[in-house]
Amino acid sequence: MNILTVFKQMSWTARLGIILIALYAFMAVFGPYITPYSETQIVGGEYDPWSAQTWLGTDNLGRDMFSRLIFGARNTIGIALLSTFLAFVIGGVLGLVAATVGGWFEAVLSRIVDMLMSVPQLIGALLLLTIFGTSLLNLVFVIALVDSTRIYRLAKSVAMNVVVTDYMEAARVRGEGLVWLVMFELLPNVKAPLIAEFGLRFCFVFLTISSLSFLGLGLQPPMADWGSMVRENASLISFGDLTPLIPAAAIGVLAIAVNFVVDWFLAQRR
Amino acid sequence: MAEPLLKMTGLRIEALSANGWSEIVHGVDIVLQPGKILGLVGESGAGKSSIGLAAMGYTRDGCRISGGEILFDGIDMRTLSPAQHQDLLGARIAYVAQSAAASFNPAHKLIDQHCESAIAHGVTSRHNAQREAVELYRKISLPEPETIGLRYPHEVSGGQLQRIMTAMAMSCRPDLIIFDEPTTALDVTTQIDVLLTIRELVREFQVAAIYISHDLAVVAQMADQVVVLKDGSVVESGDKRQLIENPIESYTQSLWAVRNLACAPQPPVSRNAKPILSVKNIEAGYGKKNVIEGISLDLYRGRTLAVVGESGSGKSTLGRCISGLLPINSGAIIYNDVELASSYKKRSREQLKAVQMIYQMADTALNPRHCIGDIIGRPLKFYSDLNGPRLQARTHEILDAVGLEPGKFFSRRPEELSGGQKQRVGIARALAADPAVIICDEITSALDQLVAEGILRLIDDLKSTFGLSYLFITHDLTVVQSIADDVLVLKAGNIVEYGERNNVFAPPCDQYVTQLVNSMPQMNPDWLDDLVRCGSKQSQA
Repeated sequence: MNILTVFKQMSWTARLGIILIALYAFMAVFGPYITPYSETQIVGGEYDPWSAQTWLGTDNLGRDMFSRLIFGARNTIGIALLSTFLAFVIGGVLGLVAATVGGWFEAVLSRIVDMLMSVPQLIGALLLLTIFGTSLLNLVFVIALVDSTRIYRLAKSVAMNVVVTDYMEAARVRGEGLVWLVMFELLPNVKAPLIAEFGLRFCFVFLTISSLSFLGLGLQPPMADWGSMVRENASLISFGDLTPLIPAAAIGVLAIAVNFVVDWFLAQRR
Repeated sequence: MAEPLLKMTGLRIEALSANGWSEIVHGVDIVLQPGKILGLVGESGAGKSSIGLAAMGYTRDGCRISGGEILFDGIDMRTLSPAQHQDLLGARIAYVAQSAAASFNPAHKLIDQHCESAIAHGVTSRHNAQREAVELYRKISLPEPETIGLRYPHEVSGGQLQRIMTAMAMSCRPDLIIFDEPTTALDVTTQIDVLLTIRELVREFQVAAIYISHDLAVVAQMADQVVVLKDGSVVESGDKRQLIENPIESYTQSLWAVRNLACAPQPPVSRNAKPILSVKNIEAGYGKKNVIEGISLDLYRGRTLAVVGESGSGKSTLGRCISGLLPINSGAIIYNDVELASSYKKRSREQLKAVQMIYQMADTALNPRHCIGDIIGRPLKFYSDLNGPRLQARTHEILDAVGLEPGKFFSRRPEELSGGQKQRVGIARALAADPAVIICDEITSALDQLVAEGILRLIDDLKSTFGLSYLFITHDLTVVQSIADDVLVLKAGNIVEYGERNNVFAPPCDQYVTQLVNSMPQMNPDWLDDLVRCGSKQSQA
């Protein structure tokens, strides 16, 4: 089907979501070419108000807020997408395999996951980041690991209902290998809830990164990301300035846009 | 003539589909006199249940009554206010559902559910209602009538549950009861108990009833008048004796087509023939308990062995043992002179290929996300080296062999097929592996009579074309008598009788086999009465 006709058939919420996501994607990809200043360039005094030169004013070090907002898209979205993706690969594959294989493999894996889940998510992430250090790679892996436990649980519980069906049994008795069972018999039947979870999980990961940055363990300065931009400029709110809310709104709007599209996608399959 | 209790004239029901409202019942007239029983017969989708529910002034979600008049005792059901309607339901009109197990609330005791509507409608006090319930249980000779009501639904058998539900429908002394396929999910021997209970209670309380079933033989025992439905219209209606003896419409005759299907059994096995699959004295079960014990059988090329028994007799367990899904505890399964590993995981690809299964529920046996071509193509590709156009050509051949047009069905998904078509795909998938033995587990029990007949004919044709052997698991003796060459009768995990079809069913036969044969509903309106009379004679003697 033509992309344009699909777009026309979408609900208006999904269309809005697509447009917003495209906008974010544009910001992330072409960030350096459209910003008036660079990420780290100091262009004025601390906390300058909105002006013709600095559209959204300057931050606590005198860097341009508008430019940093656009650079933040690249850093924050990129890492969130990567972490969510990794979390789904780890958690999803293990969950589906555990449901298919069953037995001690499933038992051991599930207890390990239970152990990981018993530590509150943010505390767990903080702990691991303090142990391994706050490099970008560590950040991605730690968030993916912590989130994959939730996805493992979901994937396993959804798959449990499918692995007992006659068609799975027929495939087993045929002598099919694990890869075929999981990828071709099981996965198509559990895709819908996993995709819905992807939308939701992406937003949670996003918030986790922002919270970690806000706490100082996420992306390290001088890299711009929306969470730390809120933290660095939070004091402005007490002066009645709304600027620190703009990066926060950027997070919120993206979360809503992603879920609009996921909702539409799931409604399609019914 | 007395004023009819229920009069439906020109009843029309519409259902909501993707393309808007479409009519599913096209102007049906039904008249029911007080104290009489009316049978509604037809295939699934004929609109029986919708009409039954409409008699209560009710429709399922997504349906609506679009025309006609429903008069119950002079009350127009279509113009009642919701409160008046509620007063009528349960109190004057009761409903007995097909699956009692799904209709009872598992969290409440049976007797509380029994008395609920009588108390809610203010017919009687709790104490009285419970006393009456116990009396009813005694009357229909349930075991331990005093205490059975204190049990929860999962603590009694399916047949007992259905009988309690029938008794429950009487709790408010209604004028009309609607029975919607009350025995369809039950064994033949259990079915008789339920049928007798229903008839006893209906006669005792002089209530009128609508009895809905797809089985004309059952309806013939229960009803005074029979209405045959097809696609939402009345095909034929009239007195049951007249209808059964001289059906005018050919459709009415075709309703018992399966009963008339008889494939001649193969000649007896010659002495030096070698069985293709032998089962030697196997024991198997779940946990420590053996479900089947000491089962031995031989399956020969080109023959159908029917495994018959009630539910719980271990017939499906036997099938699962042979396919390797349930490891056996002792004994041996021998295919082509080689002993098969107990678990399918340890069998070679050649051995797996040789034994294929066809499942009862075609809905769950086909992966809903694969198209028909892939479902059949996969075993072909898996067990042979076929590829590309040759694979496609072979898939087309197999679709053709099971009577599905390849061009039309190749790229469809299971959800776009009817029940009978799905079962044909299930057969095609088994066939695609080019097996020697196919285990058919109740493959026709979820299908309508006419469709089932088609499937049985196909199975029998394929047997001679491909030289297959079948292990045909079923609870339905009519099916056995139409296609089996040999018969194995199971009871509680043990063999009762084993031999050629004609020998097993020829007198003098085993007592249990006689009981099974007698339990099979006959196309004779007096069958149930005769059975009761014989039974009481036997018990007197």
